[in-house]
Amino acid sequence: MIEEKFDAIVIGAGMSGNAAAYTMASQGLKVLQLERGEYPGSKNVQGAIMYANMLEKIIPDFRDDAPLERHLVEQRLWVMDDTSHTGIQYRSDDFNEAKPNRYTIIRAQFDKWFSRKVREAGGTVLCETTVTELVRDAKDKVVGVRTDRAGGAIFADVVVLAEGVSGLLGTRAGLREMPKPQTLALAVKEMHFLPEEVIEQRFGLKGDEGCVIEAVGTTSRGMAGLGFLYTNKESISLGIGCLVSDLAVMMESPYVLLDALKNHPSIRPLIAGSEVKEYAAHLIPEGGYKAIPQLFGDGWVVVGDAAQLNNAVHREGSNLAMTSGRIAAEAIVKVKSRNGPMTKRNLALYKAMLDKSFVVKDLRKYKDMPALLHTNSCNFFTTYPRLMSQAAQNFMRVDGTPKIEKEKATTAAFIKARSRWGLVSDAVRLAFAWR
Amino acid sequence: MTIPLTKSRVEDKLFQNRYLVDPGRPHIKVRPHERPSANLLALTHVCPAKCYELNDKGQVEITPDGCMECGTCRILCETSGEIEWNYPRGGFGVLFKFG
Repeated sequence: MIEEKFDAIVIGAGMSGNAAAYTMASQGLKVLQLERGEYPGSKNVQGAIMYANMLEKIIPDFRDDAPLERHLVEQRLWVMDDTSHTGIQYRSDDFNEAKPNRYTIIRAQFDKWFSRKVREAGGTVLCETTVTELVRDAKDKVVGVRTDRAGGAIFADVVVLAEGVSGLLGTRAGLREMPKPQTLALAVKEMHFLPEEVIEQRFGLKGDEGCVIEAVGTTSRGMAGLGFLYTNKESISLGIGCLVSDLAVMMESPYVLLDALKNHPSIRPLIAGSEVKEYAAHLIPEGGYKAIPQLFGDGWVVVGDAAQLNNAVHREGSNLAMTSGRIAAEAIVKVKSRNGPMTKRNLALYKAMLDKSFVVKDLRKYKDMPALLHTNSCNFFTTYPRLMSQAAQNFMRVDGTPKIEKEKATTAAFIKARSRWGLVSDAVRLAFAWR
Repeated sequence: MTIPLTKSRVEDKLFQNRYLVDPGRPHIKVRPHERPSANLLALTHVCPAKCYELNDKGQVEITPDGCMECGTCRILCETSGEIEWNYPRGGFGVLFKFG
């Protein structure tokens, strides 16, 4: 039983919760962090790519001891049909820099490290503790939490909800609506283990260099979806995600999509001979700017996936989570330093600060993208990938057909599939959504 | 491209995972029903751990032992009241080694 009162309680030990707890604890606040898993990370799932800049702003010397897998030197963006892939790739030796920009990580290990930093900064971390409800006073201000441990409520000036994407506590308490099936993707992932040197040979890597592949196409069977392959030190994270609403309507099974991806002729040789050691599933917020809920109230703030802060276009999530956790913590520290109460009015500072950051600016830029991709999923995820594959093959195959006829055939195929008006309209809408 | 998949293969995947099952305290319950709604029925396919299955009477049943706590079923069926979803007690449920 915990009798003392805390400055802040953080619910959840993922990226946003750890960022918030660390930032507040290192500023001298009395912080209690509650995590339902056996250890921090045991309930957390991510691809995973970690962006250095956002972590540097929290722990500048993280490279000294954080468990990092590989720094990325190459990114491949693939458009796949059933037998092929086309696309673009970018590889640069510039990414072999003293302080690399992007790393692959393994979340269960990374989160343990991050949590150790929270404890070193003076935060109290309590694992194997599920928060069952928020405690509110007569004026409806959140004043603490109740857990499944023996003992009564635990009190704090402010509660940071870093409870993850489906956000049971906040939605049940009526602080925000439950996210909708059309604004969430369900991703499944396997961890394929291979010897380090095999990974390096297959992807042309040396030392800690890493490569990622992200793929759209017929692998998502007409649904809005994305396949991904990330190289870790001695393993490959391979997965695929699709919109929950699409999966439900199509009655598709994510593990069937994953097995099809594994057997795709472009992927199969990359994972050949691997030993699978884990299968994981997780929801990803895809609603973008328009899905961001109320972020603060009397005695509470919400951060990370629970606040639906995820940039689906750039596949950035954990950096938005970390940044929102840090900014919420900085806002709380600021209110505290003025001896202000943790009221809705004072905590509005968090949103004001977040609005000025890349988090909200990026999401606002792409505010129309989710609706575009989700309502035209069949065109963007099946029709165009097939057309692109045909066009590429037509261009490359030498069979005596005059080039002018080949070009005409490719143009005709695009017009037949989408009509002139359809092509122009898709291009215009895409351009506007990107703008 | 379609790879036929049997139940045993999903179980093979789940077999790799670590779980601490809380005996007698399932964290998800399906409300008794005559006929499942479209969303509840979809869970027999969409659930990544294949926790949901149809019984002989055409009703959906759940065995949440292999649940990875993704929350997909909660998103699809909690609002309608067809399922009740709570976090497992602290320390129980799936324990990801890698995540």
